[in-house]
Amino acid sequence: MIVRVLGEGQFSVDDAHADLLNGLDSGLERAVESGDEDAFRVALTDLLSQVRALGERLPDDSLEASDALLPGEDSTLEDVRALLSGSVEGLIPG
Amino acid sequence: MSVMKRLKLIFSAKASKALDRAEDPRETLDYSYQRQLEMLQKVRRGVADVATSRKRLELQIQQLQQQSGKFEDQSRKALAAGREDLAREALTRRSGVQQQQADLATQHAALQAEEEKLTLASQRLQAKVDAFRTRKETIKATYSAAEAQTKIGEAFSGISEEMGDVGLAVQRAEDKTQALQARAGAIDELLASGALDDVSGTAKDDLTVELERLSSEGDVELELARLKGEIGAGSAPEAIEGATPPAAQPAAAPQAEEDRS
Repeated sequence: MIVRVLGEGQFSVDDAHADLLNGLDSGLERAVESGDEDAFRVALTDLLSQVRALGERLPDDSLEASDALLPGEDSTLEDVRALLSGSVEGLIPG
Repeated sequence: MSVMKRLKLIFSAKASKALDRAEDPRETLDYSYQRQLEMLQKVRRGVADVATSRKRLELQIQQLQQQSGKFEDQSRKALAAGREDLAREALTRRSGVQQQQADLATQHAALQAEEEKLTLASQRLQAKVDAFRTRKETIKATYSAAEAQTKIGEAFSGISEEMGDVGLAVQRAEDKTQALQARAGAIDELLASGALDDVSGTAKDDLTVELERLSSEGDVELELARLKGEIGAGSAPEAIEGATPPAAQPAAAPQAEEDRS
């Protein structure tokens, strides 16, 4: 699967690691829902470092769409909530 | 649903909405390419804006540094003239200026990080836009419309995602720069109002007024006479050394000798 880390780029991760990433992702989701800033920080950092460690960085000129997207390392809980609500204006595809 | 998948859906929903609007997807290729070039322009402007704000911060930090040096100088002069109260006041103001300086330095570092990120984002987008241009020509030459459509879909979602990502980075940098400009403006006003600057604030700044009075030669003589009267001749030479220009010393020193005898 291809995972994009916002602000950083895309990583190709072997599907064998999908369960691991999904597990970490569920933890991140719980942290976002409970509004626990510390848990959120830990979960996001864990997930991102696994993606970087297990995945291979795609070259900048690849035009592949990602299967999953992750917020960037320095995102706050607020940033992620805004992103998930779809209300962020910065998204300009086309 | 998980965070990863939800974000993916949000990004691709925007992309497919844009793709669906066109009757012949092939038409969207050129349009999309134009949008990509505009986006690149926008990112470059973003980088330039952040750089401008960063330079403005650097200038302010420099001004505050000068100000801090000035206050230190004033406190030395005040001490040399035996005015510990004035020296204390100058040092207090210097610590206020130093606080501002530290705040600005933190913001400067944050802005520099933002500038680097945006520069990298612009490089990534540039690479993808170049790849898209090549892909676009290949797709246009494709004979089968069905095949072309699939390829357009793929290329389009790839580039849309990147544009969405870069769009976020630009927006974030804009937000940060705006917040910072408001603050930089406030500091500029503070510097201009004389609250931090002793040259333009002479009318209200008692510390400056007193120090200027102390440093003018005639007043120093008066002050010396007064000091000598109060605390004896022992500390007079030191006061002269600290408070008068070097040229005035030969004239003042013999007088001090005379007075002592």
